[in-house]
Amino acid sequence: MADTDRNPEIWENLPAEHRAALESRLEPGEKLFAAFVTDLDQRLRYRAETVVLTNRRVLGIPSQNSPRESMPIDSWEYPLAQAFRIGEHGGLGMLELLGGEGRLGIWRFTGNRTHDANRLVSRFRMLDPRGAGHVETVLSVCPRCGGVLSPEGECAGCATALQPPASKSLIRLMRFARHRAGSILAGFILLMASIGAGLVPPYLVGPLTEEVLLPLKEGQSIPAGLPATYLSLLLVTALLAWLLGWARNFVLGKVSEQISADLRNESYSHLQKLSLEFFGGQRTGDLISRISSDTDRICQFLSTDALEFFADAVMIALTAVILFSINAWLAAVTLVPLLPVAWLVQKVRARVRHGYARGMTAWSDMVSVLADTIPGIRVVKAFAQEQREIERFRRSNTHVLDLNNRVNRWWAFFRATVPFFTECGVLIVYGMGIWLVLHQELKVGVIFQFLLYIGMFYVRFESMSRITAAAQRAAASAHRIFDILDRVPSVPEPVRPIQPGTVRGEIELRDVRFRYGKREVIHGINLKVQPGEMVGLVGPSGAGKSTLVNLVCRFYDVGEGAILVDGVDIRSFPVEAYRRNIGIVLQEPFLFFGTIAENIAYGRPEASHAEIVAAARAAFAHDFILRLPDGYDSLVGERGQALSGGERQRISIARALLTDPRILILDEATSSVDTETEREIQAALNTLVQGRTTLAIAHRLSTLRKANRLVVIESGKIVETGTHEELFHRDGTYARLVHAQMEMSQQIGIG
Amino acid sequence: MQPLSPEQIRVERDSWGKLMCRLPDGQSVAITAQHLFPISDPAHWVSLRGPQGKELACLESLQFLDPASRALVEQELASLEFFPVIERVRSVSSLSEPCEWTVVTDRGETRFVLKSEDDVRRLGPHQAVIVDAHGIRYLVPDARKLDARSRQYVEWYL
Repeated sequence: MADTDRNPEIWENLPAEHRAALESRLEPGEKLFAAFVTDLDQRLRYRAETVVLTNRRVLGIPSQNSPRESMPIDSWEYPLAQAFRIGEHGGLGMLELLGGEGRLGIWRFTGNRTHDANRLVSRFRMLDPRGAGHVETVLSVCPRCGGVLSPEGECAGCATALQPPASKSLIRLMRFARHRAGSILAGFILLMASIGAGLVPPYLVGPLTEEVLLPLKEGQSIPAGLPATYLSLLLVTALLAWLLGWARNFVLGKVSEQISADLRNESYSHLQKLSLEFFGGQRTGDLISRISSDTDRICQFLSTDALEFFADAVMIALTAVILFSINAWLAAVTLVPLLPVAWLVQKVRARVRHGYARGMTAWSDMVSVLADTIPGIRVVKAFAQEQREIERFRRSNTHVLDLNNRVNRWWAFFRATVPFFTECGVLIVYGMGIWLVLHQELKVGVIFQFLLYIGMFYVRFESMSRITAAAQRAAASAHRIFDILDRVPSVPEPVRPIQPGTVRGEIELRDVRFRYGKREVIHGINLKVQPGEMVGLVGPSGAGKSTLVNLVCRFYDVGEGAILVDGVDIRSFPVEAYRRNIGIVLQEPFLFFGTIAENIAYGRPEASHAEIVAAARAAFAHDFILRLPDGYDSLVGERGQALSGGERQRISIARALLTDPRILILDEATSSVDTETEREIQAALNTLVQGRTTLAIAHRLSTLRKANRLVVIESGKIVETGTHEELFHRDGTYARLVHAQMEMSQQIGIG
Repeated sequence: MQPLSPEQIRVERDSWGKLMCRLPDGQSVAITAQHLFPISDPAHWVSLRGPQGKELACLESLQFLDPASRALVEQELASLEFFPVIERVRSVSSLSEPCEWTVVTDRGETRFVLKSEDDVRRLGPHQAVIVDAHGIRYLVPDARKLDARSRQYVEWYL
């Protein structure tokens, strides 16, 4: 095949057998255009099959061990092969080749190859004259982590690339240390000085023994002031070490608190920017424990352990230098037991770190049980499941216990072993010392010096090894925090923002498409809403109504197409400035812990009392608020005054009224209340929608009586548009929904 | 519409590879098949869904379908469900996540990336499901039955 154009990039990636098989089949002048190697065969076994695009046809090479012995290559010439289709289900992909009459071929692959499969399809489109010029921009949200997907459908957060391991996380904390460089430097200098002061006393012991104690014992006379000089020197260094240590602990403790506070602030503010999907996939208890206890653990580590570790390291180095300068040979021998200790530290480290990481996870699991059952206590009690919940808690608690026990096994051994080697070291000094003194090669004072230093040395070494565990624990915690910080918010800020100011409220959806992962949930919606118009979105659950309003609120960005407000793509507005124009009333009104006034003013904290009261009055909330003992100052929300669903809803309506948004979203605002309450809320809603562009989702169609227009959505598409009257007489989806509801109320009427 | 009884169900595959079901009124609609309990009871309970996900039938067992239909439904279920069973763990790239596992499964040898320890879900004291970075699930039915080395890797997470 001399004249076959073999693009080496494609050619090299093919499995060798497939290359050979393909070589014999390519015709003269046939050019390789693209290839896709699967990782699964037709029966979903891990075997490669290959799809090849040439300038003339599509070729399919089956896996080599397939039942068909001779490895016949399937071949489809171009007019026959018309299109590729990609599907995905639970991480399992499917690529189909379609002809005019039916499906020609099918290939299966795992998520690892999705990118390659998409590339093959886009190459095919380029080849296909009908598809030419069609550039698909697929930007959508990852269903697993809520991150943004690249055009190939890969998620940065879920990318298969191996990320830096947990121990690197500690180094990444340096980023936070930079802001506090001054204090750290000051603490560092204090640290070094206090270590220096700590090393002086043992040194004085040598001359004290040789010049004072021994001569006195042997009845010799010594200079009168000498003992006092040595003793006062010892006192001064002790005082100095005390003062320096005090200052050091204070300065460094403060810095580490500051760093962990920075860490908490940054992770929380980052958390606030993450998409709804992210929160959907996380357990509240786990997030809370990451921001509270993990940062605390890091603070602990930085303030005490890291500091000690560093001090120990310096101390050990200095001690070693002193020991060697006193007597190199003795020093070398006494340090022998260090080797097994160092080896042990290495050995135990990984296990201990893993153990702590698992322990933390088990701990979060346990906290999650609490976070689950305490808010749900009514359900637990109502179904008399207290015993089961106790059991569930006990189980996760036992799991924590088991895991910690496992770490403990190693830890207990380790902690006992290090002092053992320390004793060995002391033993060696004594043994060697006795022998050397006997042979007149060493002074007794030096032995005392040595014993003091070696004691210090091993104590330091032991605490250093203890700190490795703390470091591993902190590394695990840092990893969990960076796990949050590394996530990319799904709604990027524009590069050249346009300030929206106060918009008029004209909304236009232009061929909007949106996907969750690979599943398209909005298929090309076009809709134009005039300023001040109220549009009701109707349709069965799961039709995409909520997704659509989420897109208008810019909780996510559209996959394809655009949403324009006042003719400007909403992606060019700064997110916050844009959202200021939007008010939302949700099905489950959420009240924060605080007073009613604070809750009403949540979107506009600077609002005056007069404005708050006016908003409450307009939302028909004023009267019931005044019936509460403290009026507008009554506490609500968690731990606060119990309010009924309708009352809470009216507060949230007042909240929306106060911000005076140009665009209003009502997401099932009346669904969770009875008809009587609905009537009350309806009155409040009617004032709210006055003069605002409103998108209202409602199951209860009566809520949408005031709507100028109804848009019926089914499976991500608009199926009908018109007023209630028009749609009712059209006998379509809407009419069906209305009849179903009427039937229901009739049944209730008959009782 | 009334749910179909097993005798009424006639399943065939069209030229597009779609599973079709012939309704009693002679109309033929595309269907999908789905296990109700894919993990806890994969041998029973299959739902057949028509256009717009409307359920046509929910069968406790496939044995009352005619043999041809049953084979097609089973084939469809098999092609949708991918749940390799780990038989041996060859190696794990690192002791901390994310790490790459090389495993032998009942479907052949493969490698996958374990993103975080949260993706190992304990089903029981010795049973676990491992979810890889792409959301593919791997089953470890009983860690005790693995060889010593594999067991060590898996029990690291149990």
